[in-house]
Amino acid sequence: MSINRGRVRWQCRRALLELDLVFARFLERHFDRLSDDQLADLDDLLRCDDYDLWAMVNGSKTCDVDRWKEMIGLLRQA
Amino acid sequence: MNVAKRTFDAVIVGAGGAGLRAALQLSEAGLKTAVLTKVFPTRSHTVAAQGGVAASLGNSTEDNWHWHMYDTVKGSDWLGDQDAIEFMVRKANEVVIELEHYGMPFDRTDNGKIYQRPFGGHSMNYGQAPVMRSCAAADRTGHAMLHALYQRNVRANTQFFVEWMALDLIRNSEGDVLGVTAIEMETGEVSIFHAKATIFATGGAGRIYYSSTNAFINTGDGVGMAARSGIPLEDMEFWQFHPTGVAGAGVLITEGVRGEGGILRNASGERFMERYAPNLKDLASRDVVSRSMVTEINEGRGCGPDKDHVLLDITHLSPETIMKRLPGIREISIQFAGVDPIKAPIPVVPTCHYQMGGIPTNYKGQVVAPKNGDANVPVAGFYAAGECACASVHGANRLGTNSLLDLLVFGKSAGETVVEDFKSGNLVLKPLPADAADVSLARINRLETQTGGSEVHDVRLAMQRTMQKHAGVFRFKELLQQGVTSILEVAEQAKVTQIADKSKVWNTARTEALELDNLIEVAKATMISAEARKESRGAHVRDDAPDTAEHPNGRDDQNWLKHTLWYSEGNRLDYKPVNLKPLSADVEPIALAKRTY
Repeated sequence: MSINRGRVRWQCRRALLELDLVFARFLERHFDRLSDDQLADLDDLLRCDDYDLWAMVNGSKTCDVDRWKEMIGLLRQA
Repeated sequence: MNVAKRTFDAVIVGAGGAGLRAALQLSEAGLKTAVLTKVFPTRSHTVAAQGGVAASLGNSTEDNWHWHMYDTVKGSDWLGDQDAIEFMVRKANEVVIELEHYGMPFDRTDNGKIYQRPFGGHSMNYGQAPVMRSCAAADRTGHAMLHALYQRNVRANTQFFVEWMALDLIRNSEGDVLGVTAIEMETGEVSIFHAKATIFATGGAGRIYYSSTNAFINTGDGVGMAARSGIPLEDMEFWQFHPTGVAGAGVLITEGVRGEGGILRNASGERFMERYAPNLKDLASRDVVSRSMVTEINEGRGCGPDKDHVLLDITHLSPETIMKRLPGIREISIQFAGVDPIKAPIPVVPTCHYQMGGIPTNYKGQVVAPKNGDANVPVAGFYAAGECACASVHGANRLGTNSLLDLLVFGKSAGETVVEDFKSGNLVLKPLPADAADVSLARINRLETQTGGSEVHDVRLAMQRTMQKHAGVFRFKELLQQGVTSILEVAEQAKVTQIADKSKVWNTARTEALELDNLIEVAKATMISAEARKESRGAHVRDDAPDTAEHPNGRDDQNWLKHTLWYSEGNRLDYKPVNLKPLSADVEPIALAKRTY
């Protein structure tokens, strides 16, 4: 089943400004170039709780889910 | 056009703290309740509240609600309604204990009670010394609260409509509220939510400012919808600037940092708050701290190459304290300021944080508006709670930790009022007018057909820069006057926004255009109300209303001890008296006085 890009883009809106700022840059730089597989990984990652996601992005918590690691890397770059 | 209709006992717009607390009251009473939310409930901005919730439990120091009431009235610079404030502070212990029973993981004292910490503006014995009144779950109080409330709602069978955006309020010719129209993002279809009661709990509109601590979802949707449907907005000139946003990013550093011993320093390392607030120092009320910081910067004592910020220093705290009590602060500081606060102080500036004004309500959560000479007539079927509402408990300035208290107390109160009205038969399903969805459909249609208009991003940025420049921490007569002209020009541009993407499904560009319609109402209300209020009070500080013997702090009670009411139609202003009488006959009013800390 194909994933709707618009839905994933909307779900990058988060509860914390910290993440909004990171995702705003990510959406600008990386989002349109994501493959379907990468989009699926991002979709999965976005189900995380905001503080867990933020902790992985800022590096205070290590990401132990393999399929999230690439996206976390791109978010950290952003 | 045929529009799908859904019918409920009650529809709640917004699933943050206030919406979830109200929903719980309704669902547990057996009312068929729908909650509409743009994002998944636990992704609401309540999550970001770090500091805690105020309640005079007296677990850590002696405390009582009289002291809390005094602090809140004084914090509001006497613009808060004393009936609503008494109601809130007396309900505080009840709603906090309730939350504890829902499983909220509060920090504990050694003997197992809820741990409480000091917070700005909260004092013991009527301003004598800081009191420990804030109940917290580390620095994730809002997060823990929202999860506890969401779980409880799932148990109570509250029906959530996630990723639905409410568009417009539906009112009949008598002005009664009959529900809302809303768009489902997944399909792009507009539906009518027909209900006996409508509760708005949509949060604030902090995104009207360029520099804001607010997440992107805070677009004042309920406030905008209310304004467009003819409901006045109360006290919109009052915005709280949080003293400690990370310079350049806006990300908030909680006041809890100062509660745990953090100190603000200027370029020479001086603890300057000792000069401005000798008693409470760094823990003085937010507006006092923000203005002191801006004064330091304006007078050339700011830090950094551009002398445009001050420093928040916690290097004297033990790393263990920082890790245990303030864990998130370290990461924020490293990520957005490039500074490890264990080793070096954090650069901070005052940043837009909280909307004190909003949809006028009474302490029961009923929306009220002037009618036939009475300033506070309930609008039938309409209720509001939390940051989108103005009860008014925060008046001209909110105390930290009183916002989580506000949303718990008034979310519950609005819910209780709906349940009471429902049980007494006062709430009935009134017939929908034939044109109930026309306004919303016209808005959607305009976006689909608009050509030669303006870009949403450009208009939003113009609005944010206008608000930041003309209605910031310090306000100036000429800038406010120019600001009114500018924001009305921006509002004209907002009427002709266009979007390139016309797809129906998950159209984020359309959502952002619809959000801008709400933001611009809030921006107009703010600028016009601020220009008109010729005094300084709380967060509204004018250069041309300085501190004099006749008008201490620039406050002019003779002419301006009143609430502003702004109407979208014609940008008309009206005013109504502040309620200086507490709710109970045996409670003494807090007499007017100069606000000093």
